[in-house]
Amino acid sequence: MLRFILIRLGQAIPILLAIYTITFFMVRAAPGGPFSQERKVAPHILEQQMEYYGFKDPLPVQFFRTLWQHITFEFPPLTSYPGLTSKDIIVDTFPVSLELGLLAMIVALAIGLPIGILAAAKKNSILDYAPMSLAMVGICLPTFVIGPLLALVFGVWLGWLNISGWFSFSDRILPASTLGLFYAAYIARLTRGGMLETLNMDYIRSARAKGAPEFKVVIVHALRGGIMPVVSFFGPALAGLISGSFVVETIFQVPGLGRHFIQAALSRDHSLILSTVLFYAALIIVANMIVDIVQILLNPKLRYQ
Amino acid sequence: MTNRLFCSALIVILCFNPFSSATPTDDAIEEGILLLGNGSEPHSLDPHINSSMNGHHVIVSLIEGLIAPHPTDDSLPHPGMAYKWEHENNKVWTFHLRDAKWTNGDPVTAHDFVYSFKRILSPRLGSQYSEMLYSMKNAKEYNEGEITDFSQVGAKALDKLTLRVTLKEPVPYFYNIIKHNSWFPVHPETVEKYGVIDDPANNWIREEYVSNGPFKLKNWQMNQIIEVEKNPSYWNADQVKLNGIKFYPIVSENTEDQMFNSGALHYSYTIPTDMIPVYQERNDPTLKIEPFLGVYYYSLNTKVPPLNNPKVRHALSYAVNRNTIVRRITKGGQLPAGNFTPPGISGYEPESIASFNPKRARELITEAGFPNGEGFPKLTLLFNTLESHKAIAEAIQQMWKSILGIDVEIRNQEWKVFVNTRHEGNFEIARNGWIGDYMYPDTFLRILQSDSGQNDAQYSNPEYDRLIAESFSESDTQRRLDLLAEAEAIMLNDMPIIPIYHYVRTYRIDPRVMGWNPTPLDVRNFTNVYFE
Repeated sequence: MLRFILIRLGQAIPILLAIYTITFFMVRAAPGGPFSQERKVAPHILEQQMEYYGFKDPLPVQFFRTLWQHITFEFPPLTSYPGLTSKDIIVDTFPVSLELGLLAMIVALAIGLPIGILAAAKKNSILDYAPMSLAMVGICLPTFVIGPLLALVFGVWLGWLNISGWFSFSDRILPASTLGLFYAAYIARLTRGGMLETLNMDYIRSARAKGAPEFKVVIVHALRGGIMPVVSFFGPALAGLISGSFVVETIFQVPGLGRHFIQAALSRDHSLILSTVLFYAALIIVANMIVDIVQILLNPKLRYQ
Repeated sequence: MTNRLFCSALIVILCFNPFSSATPTDDAIEEGILLLGNGSEPHSLDPHINSSMNGHHVIVSLIEGLIAPHPTDDSLPHPGMAYKWEHENNKVWTFHLRDAKWTNGDPVTAHDFVYSFKRILSPRLGSQYSEMLYSMKNAKEYNEGEITDFSQVGAKALDKLTLRVTLKEPVPYFYNIIKHNSWFPVHPETVEKYGVIDDPANNWIREEYVSNGPFKLKNWQMNQIIEVEKNPSYWNADQVKLNGIKFYPIVSENTEDQMFNSGALHYSYTIPTDMIPVYQERNDPTLKIEPFLGVYYYSLNTKVPPLNNPKVRHALSYAVNRNTIVRRITKGGQLPAGNFTPPGISGYEPESIASFNPKRARELITEAGFPNGEGFPKLTLLFNTLESHKAIAEAIQQMWKSILGIDVEIRNQEWKVFVNTRHEGNFEIARNGWIGDYMYPDTFLRILQSDSGQNDAQYSNPEYDRLIAESFSESDTQRRLDLLAEAEAIMLNDMPIIPIYHYVRTYRIDPRVMGWNPTPLDVRNFTNVYFE
């Protein structure tokens, strides 16, 4: 297992390097720069700023300097937030996105898994059609529709929750639900599909033949195999969730990382774009690795491969 | 079992809902705290680095300049750090500072102001608003690195509490310019503690925000909240009625509107356009539509044929029905613009030249050699990606098509790309807008001077430049404004730009908030705001 982890980490280095290179050159190729703005910056001031932020050096120098900054975690000041570095931003905002993402995942699993299992166990009944239709609606309705709707009902009409902000625990409910509902729908569909496949397997028939109660057959015997598609989906989904959601963070005024992801690109903040992209890439790599480990633990067949 | 579940669910819900009808705004009024929507997160709260309105709103609550914002009239001075001032021929201004303190107890001195002017003019700081100080003698030269000795710049501390500012040319409304945050003082020792004078990344604003205004910084969480509390060491602290202000950087207009509806804000920074008619219909007392010193216009590239022909430019302008645009598209009570400078500057009465006149438009396009638009090249109308700009562009495209018979293509670009294209002059017709920095017509007229960096239309008329220059040496107030009005008329007769409408501020405010007066610059003296 240790060897497996080491190999995966070794593979991560060229991947990150490739992502860094592509992002670096894409950012440089994008039209418009960090100092383009409505009020035209006087040439001598532009000159000073380019000098200060190191944009006047030859491209290869900038390439390796920025790379070195990312390896040593010594980041330069940001152009969009003078006085701060990407590290400050990520350290400040990642915990928020992490919390929101994990809560959303809990919501997604708590809703998605039971619905999917129930739908598979009671295939082609009302208990299958009704929740699965709802799941379809959940997938089709984007978060920017569900979010304001929830805010309208629970914030304005009922007055139970704050519409936006990230101050008390109750402020977590609306954004986590909005983000979670979307993923719940996917998880329900994946669970149902996986479970249906497993429930037709021979060993399930054996279990039933031995007289195991239906509940035990579904939850103990079938679920372990039926949940595999969800586990594969879980990795990238988790990385996406905890690195923040621009839409949900904007609607509910959540000070997370997702907004910086988009804002950095809009303000052409080269340093922040690179750092957030690399951070997200690293998260995906780690999440995928964890998923692989979990899959190996769940499926003994994989241990020998 | 089901019952028990239901009961526990109910208890959980009740925990979040104390069933009290008091909203956050009610509670905040009890505590004397004002809850404000503030658009988006300011990039900096450093008065010498900030370039956004959102930052400006917070900074004016924290730092006070020589002259403070007037509570009711943006064109008048109001004593700030200076309790009195005098001038010689509007050129040499002497400010007498009051005995005021920084939040750390140090006195605010004339030397602090000189240090601050030096800081914003330091070339390496790269301040985008250093131009605001260019009326001061040698300020431009120092900023551009032509001179390196700051003592040659027209700012001098005569003693601890007397500051003399010498200008390049007489500026009679100088007290209005220095209300801008670029003229604000910073505490020199604090700035030096966290970096050198001209380091753009000096982070004193987050480490230790030493200020001298009615409020002091209490809590700043990016994209979440900026909280300020009453500053007991402020010279006029007795008159400050609020105990604090919470600024929320709410980007989404819809979220902000819902927050206002749920009683979480006393003031909403803006209103979704679709909701304006709804609140108007309802006669909602919270809705406010007030003049704002800004103009929405199209720049015509005067170097590109056929736009180099003034007849074509006038024909395009006459074919724009501004009333339709403000009534059907913008819907927020904007004013159709007959000229460039927005109304509201007292004594300034420019001629209204741009109007809707389809007959005249057709005549002019025929005279220019394109009867019924025949042979007119296909021009491109460029705007930055935004639904509202697109709606206006489409309407104008249609007006030009039906009245002049000409086809224009409309094209959008992402903001950063767009501003570059426009500054580089790579366009034919481009959307544009300008917000005044102070209450005087030249804050608008200067941008169309031949040597201005904002002159996207690449307009040049020596007579226009001369009249603006001449107005500065004119000592009679009204005559000076008349010269500027004359210049504006000359420019509008050349029509390098098509004025479309003058902006308004639309916002909602809790009726219990008092002392919130309309200000065309949208700069507020929070000292005078209180609750009923």
